[in-house]
Amino acid sequence: MEAAPSIETVVQFGDGDSIREVPAPRLAVWLFLTSEIMVFGGLISCFILLRIAHGGWDAEAAHVHWRIGAFNTLVLLTSSLTMALACTSAKEGKEGMARRLRTYLGFTILLGLTFLGVKACEYSLEFAKGLTPGAGLFWAFYYTLTGLHSLHVLAGIILNSTLWIAAARADLVPVVQRRIEYAGLYWHFVDVVWIFLFPLVYLT
Amino acid sequence: MSQAAAQRKALQVAHLEELSFIRKYIFSTDHKTIAKQYLGISLFMAIVGGFTAYAIRWQLAWPSARIPGVGTITPDAYNTLVTMHGTIMVFFVAMPFLLGVFGNFCIPLMIGAGDMAFPRLNMLSVWTFLVGSLILLASFFVPGGAAAAGWTGYAPLSARPDLTPAVLGQDMWIVALALEFSSFLMGGVNFITTALNMRAPGMGLWRVPLLVWYEATASVLFLLSVGPLIGGAVMLLLDRLVGAGFFLPAKGGDPLLWEHLFWFFGHPEVYVVALPGFGIMLEILPVFSRKPIFAYRALVYCALTATGLSLIVWAHHMFISGMDPRLATPFTVTTILISVPFAVIVFAMIATLWGGSIRFDTPMLFALGGLTSFLLGGVTGIFLGSAATDIYLHGTYFVVAHFHYTLFPVTFFAGFAGLYYWYPKMFGRLMNETWGKVHFWLTMLAFQGVFMPLFFSGIAGTPRRVFAPNEYPLFKAIQPLQVHATIATVTLLLVQIPFVVNFFWSLRRGKRAEANPWLANTLEWCVPSPPPHANFAHTPRVRRWPYEYSVPGARLDWSPQTESGDTMLPAAGGQ
Repeated sequence: MEAAPSIETVVQFGDGDSIREVPAPRLAVWLFLTSEIMVFGGLISCFILLRIAHGGWDAEAAHVHWRIGAFNTLVLLTSSLTMALACTSAKEGKEGMARRLRTYLGFTILLGLTFLGVKACEYSLEFAKGLTPGAGLFWAFYYTLTGLHSLHVLAGIILNSTLWIAAARADLVPVVQRRIEYAGLYWHFVDVVWIFLFPLVYLT
Repeated sequence: MSQAAAQRKALQVAHLEELSFIRKYIFSTDHKTIAKQYLGISLFMAIVGGFTAYAIRWQLAWPSARIPGVGTITPDAYNTLVTMHGTIMVFFVAMPFLLGVFGNFCIPLMIGAGDMAFPRLNMLSVWTFLVGSLILLASFFVPGGAAAAGWTGYAPLSARPDLTPAVLGQDMWIVALALEFSSFLMGGVNFITTALNMRAPGMGLWRVPLLVWYEATASVLFLLSVGPLIGGAVMLLLDRLVGAGFFLPAKGGDPLLWEHLFWFFGHPEVYVVALPGFGIMLEILPVFSRKPIFAYRALVYCALTATGLSLIVWAHHMFISGMDPRLATPFTVTTILISVPFAVIVFAMIATLWGGSIRFDTPMLFALGGLTSFLLGGVTGIFLGSAATDIYLHGTYFVVAHFHYTLFPVTFFAGFAGLYYWYPKMFGRLMNETWGKVHFWLTMLAFQGVFMPLFFSGIAGTPRRVFAPNEYPLFKAIQPLQVHATIATVTLLLVQIPFVVNFFWSLRRGKRAEANPWLANTLEWCVPSPPPHANFAHTPRVRRWPYEYSVPGARLDWSPQTESGDTMLPAAGGQ
């Protein structure tokens, strides 16, 4: 408790702006990602526990298209690279930044769309073989995990696209410059989830 | 955005041409308006939830009789009533009332901010919540009726569409909950970011009012705990729609998996609701005792400890579920442990009152009623947290009485306390004090009348969620208890009418409120009632802790957070 009120004591830290100088949007994105970690973490934990309890599901797992999965992993990793390049160019703000940013962001979007397209083909291949979500617990988990992940990829593509469209207008470039960091955080998170999913679902 | 920038922006908006009705009241980004929108929705849903309670209790007192206003109900309809009562009250009344209303209204004002960190996200959160509420209400009217698998939605009853009449209704239940979760995730991010980033100069963390601490902590807890259930909800939907089999033994799944996923969130959820309720009480008790809050820092640590512990107690809801019996001991230990921080909170409240100059205004009455009732409810939780006694009491009315003796005080006593307390700030007028007292006493007495008998009913073994327990000869002798509880329920519901009348009458005809009718220290009392759009004309400079009441040697028995020490000392040259 403070001392008896006789001397003015004013605690200064900036102008009440931020705790340890973390900007509000960055804090908000990290909080959101924390809850997302709990969503995927919960699902992945269930998958691991049930898989062990049911003896590994080796027979079912043998039917996953690991080559397609590996290709998609490369696609997503590359998209994270292009996203990081877009964010760095925004931060550096050098000559021709807007054009470079749009190029890298454009590639990120294209790679994201590639990921989804490949995933869609993979799903249709599996459906054709009768490997539907109702075909047993392994496949139920496969579709839940990769499906939920794909929805997150889609959301990221939409988010990136709004930034890409906005960056075409000179007056909106500074806004995009500020916000692309947060889109980048989200996109990297989506990539990290896949890094966990790919080995668990495809390689084990 | 920065504090100063938010101020400027809010002032800018205020100085533009007067906003249209739609922008001001329907699609508003102002946290104060959004709080009122949450208030409107939650109080309406409370009426719906209260109506389900009325039907349930009538059926229990006079089984298979015609319920006035409803007709006779089937066992399936009873299941729906019980399900929707729980779902509505927890997710569509308690959450919006405690977090949506008081979190939104109080946090920016108490920390000296012009609005939340993300006003448009705030608007999205209340609209998402409204859509979820409408979907849930609509589910009553679809073929098959509303969900009927309990508010806990246990599999396989919830996972197989053929086991209850509510096929579409159960799906809509899942969707409505998903929207409610999204709404409060968005709100939670807003609350935490605002509380951390938008405090006025001078408001270090140890000068933040306890309500803000408790709302922010509850938001963190919600953020951490809801994730696995969101995963579970997706799994449940897949079970129902494509026969995935996560929770269906026939397909290799496990109903217990759902229970774990549900309660991992379900238990923290009750603390997500309880913490803001305590926060409200902790703000009111010092003001109406004219005494500082006792053990402020301990109270902050208690909130944080309770948050952490609440993530490792969940299986006390599952002692007789058939899970590995070896889990009983660790979960008993953690559950008994978690009673400690809550005991400290209750002790601190009592110590705050001790030696105080108590004013029994309506907010204080409700806070005191909430404290005493919660105390009783809390200690009965010890019997349930201990696996040995829980084995007998699980699934009986003892559990029902326990959680109503905790949730009802925290939602309604604390909630009404907060409403009567902040009503002048929200609406610029005071609610009628006499009718407030009438509302309190009748509610308090009726509430005891409803739930006290249920403890005894539960000890006698009466099972929950049973359409007609009186069919068992074992329970025929205690049927009078059921009747007693029902009469008290009808009374409890009817005595809310004076409150509703008071609320609306005072909006237009209540005594006009000045800035600080309660002579309280926190920053919201430094601005007009109601505050202008931008809240503060100038960013306040915070100079003291919020609970400096009756400081020895000071001129007044209260010390606003913004005023310097000099203004509080006695005037020079004698009195």
